[in-house]
Amino acid sequence: MPSPRVVIIGGGLAGSAAAMKLAELEFDVSVVSLTPLKRSHSACAQGGINSVNDLTRQLGDSEWKHFDDTVYGGDFLQHQPPVKAMADWAPRIIDLMDRLGVTFNRTPEGFRDQRRFGGTLYRRTAFAGATTGQQLLYALDEQVRRWECAGRVKKYESADFLGVIRDEHGRACGCAVQDIQSMEIFVLPADAVVIASGGCGALFGRSTNSMACLGSAVSRVFQQGARYANGEFIQVHPTAIPGADKLRLISESARGEGGRVWVPRRPQDPRPPQEIPESERYYFLEERYPKYGNLVPRDIATREIFRICIEERLSVQADRMCVYLDVTHLPRDLLDRKLAGILEIYEKFQGVDPRTAPMKIFPAVHYTMGGLWCDYERTNDGELVVGSPRNQQTNIPGLYAIGECDYQYHGANRLGANSLIACIFSGLTVAPGIAAYVDAQQRRPAEAPASVFEQAQRAHREQYDRLIARGDSGPNPYQIHQQLGATMTRAATVIRRNPELDAAYQEVCELEEQARRAAVVDRSGWANQNAVFVRALQDMFPLAKTIVRGARLRDECRGAHYKPEFEMPAVDSSDPQERRRQAEHWCDVFEENNRRWLKSTVASWKADGQPEIAYEPVDTSLIPPRPRLYGLAGADVIEQAWRNRQSRRELQPLVHVEP
Amino acid sequence: MDRPSDRLETDRVGNASAPRPAGASPQTPAAESFLVRVLRQDGPGLKPYWETHRVERAADMNCISVLQKIAERAETVEGKRVAPVAWECNCLEEVCGACTMLINGRVRQACTALVDQLLADRPGEIELRPMTKFPVIRDLVVDRSRIFAALRKVKAWVPVDSYLDMGSGPRQSQEDQELAYQYSKCMSCGCCLEACPQFLKIELVREKGESETHFRQRLDEANRQAFLGAHAIAQVELFNLNPIGSMTARQRLDVLTGEGGVQICGKAQNCVKVCPKGIPLTTAIARANRAAVRHVVRKWFDL
Repeated sequence: MPSPRVVIIGGGLAGSAAAMKLAELEFDVSVVSLTPLKRSHSACAQGGINSVNDLTRQLGDSEWKHFDDTVYGGDFLQHQPPVKAMADWAPRIIDLMDRLGVTFNRTPEGFRDQRRFGGTLYRRTAFAGATTGQQLLYALDEQVRRWECAGRVKKYESADFLGVIRDEHGRACGCAVQDIQSMEIFVLPADAVVIASGGCGALFGRSTNSMACLGSAVSRVFQQGARYANGEFIQVHPTAIPGADKLRLISESARGEGGRVWVPRRPQDPRPPQEIPESERYYFLEERYPKYGNLVPRDIATREIFRICIEERLSVQADRMCVYLDVTHLPRDLLDRKLAGILEIYEKFQGVDPRTAPMKIFPAVHYTMGGLWCDYERTNDGELVVGSPRNQQTNIPGLYAIGECDYQYHGANRLGANSLIACIFSGLTVAPGIAAYVDAQQRRPAEAPASVFEQAQRAHREQYDRLIARGDSGPNPYQIHQQLGATMTRAATVIRRNPELDAAYQEVCELEEQARRAAVVDRSGWANQNAVFVRALQDMFPLAKTIVRGARLRDECRGAHYKPEFEMPAVDSSDPQERRRQAEHWCDVFEENNRRWLKSTVASWKADGQPEIAYEPVDTSLIPPRPRLYGLAGADVIEQAWRNRQSRRELQPLVHVEP
Repeated sequence: MDRPSDRLETDRVGNASAPRPAGASPQTPAAESFLVRVLRQDGPGLKPYWETHRVERAADMNCISVLQKIAERAETVEGKRVAPVAWECNCLEEVCGACTMLINGRVRQACTALVDQLLADRPGEIELRPMTKFPVIRDLVVDRSRIFAALRKVKAWVPVDSYLDMGSGPRQSQEDQELAYQYSKCMSCGCCLEACPQFLKIELVREKGESETHFRQRLDEANRQAFLGAHAIAQVELFNLNPIGSMTARQRLDVLTGEGGVQICGKAQNCVKVCPKGIPLTTAIARANRAAVRHVVRKWFDL
């Protein structure tokens, strides 16, 4: 019997990890990617990768605490079993990456060095300079190349995924792909298809994402019936530098190594930052969050920077909103050994050496927490059943989703250095699950009748021919994209308001209508980037609508999703008794809000071209939700009230509600 | 108009109605523009031709945003409607290596080629050409698959037994990590190859009636015989330095001392000058040479 076949869409960390593991399990693997695997967006990840380690363990850390930090950071919106499994496996995954030759920074004694990242109090993050994603990606790319030489893996590295093909039972049995040089459309029969195509930063115009992060593969399977979950949760990273083409990330590791965020206390103080004395600097994160300081989670840091620039009008510059990210007080050799990668980016693009002058930074769209809905199997104790065919499987049988394009690990806000571990974990664990899935099939899906594949190929060919025949008289697709980016960035990022979301939905619909007529200037049948872009543009709208609709319906604040209208009540009285009463009220609102909104948003695409939104309960069986305050100065009264409430409850008999 | 202030910076180009943060960055005078000369080619083996585009100058521009503007406008200075210029890019922060091209005659990444600096050095005009050592696919897109073929040839990976849990990798000194990290930053962009006098272009055309497989075989054979280039030699250093990789060092040295190996290097030292990541390529070549000599001598004496 021939080896089972899997096609993986995307060759970043998740896709490459899955490819090498499936190859080891004797699958024939095809990897489809818009770029050579080595040039995937994972290369842009800078800061590091999280796991409990020998050092933090001795300070009281554990897999459980990594798990707890992750769900607390995500505002409890994740199903907990897969997240727990990720935290449990993380140390072994980093060991594996170490064996694969990743050049992790070392301590003088030769152990892997670790630094602290946002949303935790432990130094849990292993790193390779400030290009950790690149180094991890290269190690996996090398392993995939090794399997390529062994004949187990075939790479299609300039190919656009057009859609999944389903057999008569509805199972995924392959996919249609277009070579973006020859423009030839072909099919790849497979027993399972894995989407590992990353996030959808392109919907926001400029972001920290790479150009291939179009969201098109995800959108295409969404339009074919796969569900999309928690779309409204988009991470805006607090520290990026602006550019005409992209917003470049300055990693959280700058703060992890001791970098401090500040603004001059005097608005737009004209002095050079180095000449402003300590007493006249406002280290606003450290003052407001004494426990976590500059390492509060990203959603909080981003909102604080907005508050400083907008409400307090303390932006460093009058003509451009920005705050200082300062590493000038750190020793030179530390900067060069641990942060050179990001400091070089700042220097190359801004022409200023951040070793001697503080960087000017501002938040930028960064990460897609939502993604394709996928399943998992749990034991009665809430543990993940590793190797279950259900893990990472979408609602389409045999179609899997891993990495940034799944929705499973980060809830309402991702912690820094958790994306790399989630990508590799989901990539590695999907492999035994697929093996179990394929074993359980009576007839191999890839052996579907030839007519199934021929029909799909013909349909995609006709669709492409219609696109190319459209001509150059319609609206300009590049301008439509800019307008979509402007609309999405304005209405659906840091601060969201219902009237604006309603207006944005209308604008998105109008732009979609224009995109359907958008000009295809290039008629060439060879390496036609113009046609490929117009097609990708059209596929941005289903996801854009889902994000805006999801945000519009979710009337609460959770993680990255923030609506001032539904902010938690203030606890601001100076009278202690009244303050305690306010805290009790706060806890009441918190509990009521969780009853209403502690749910995953699950979208399905409907024939009328609109998403239909439903909600699904979240499995919080291992760690009950609690107020997410990160030691905010003055909020200890809430934490006290919450603790009292919990201990009163523990005295009463438990009524267990199955999630 | 909604509150313009509490938003991420939205699009700064083309959309006058898009809200901006209070007093968005001052634009350079709208009238200021510059010319971009692009060497275009419609497909493999076709005749290249020059085309000139006019681009409005804006703040924070690099050659990527220039090409984005050209795609958006798709019109030459003569007012002729043309297909957008094809080019390759992805990360836009010089870690993926995709957007390598010749900019004002110098091989580099388009993303870190800033317009202000280019125009300061050479006012009024920017020239973009595809790399010359690789076959052109279209316009500025070239076929660099030979770079990855070289990585396959030198077995640029750590040959672990399995992906099962076998504990952590070997301990390593800070010094060794720092050396390895320098080599492991190589993004396979091809700058070192473009600058190398010994690295010559291979451009094969698929003959009439030739099967894809046969053509691939012919290309693989041509690649196998030709010079590996500095990047691959540095990767041999990287994997031979690695404690696990060193166990198969001899296999890599066999490749280095074989056809297309390190002996072809003419020591022009151009590679190290153009490497955007500052990888010590000539050091790697010198060390590889010494290792290769030792390896050959050992083989003579069957040690």
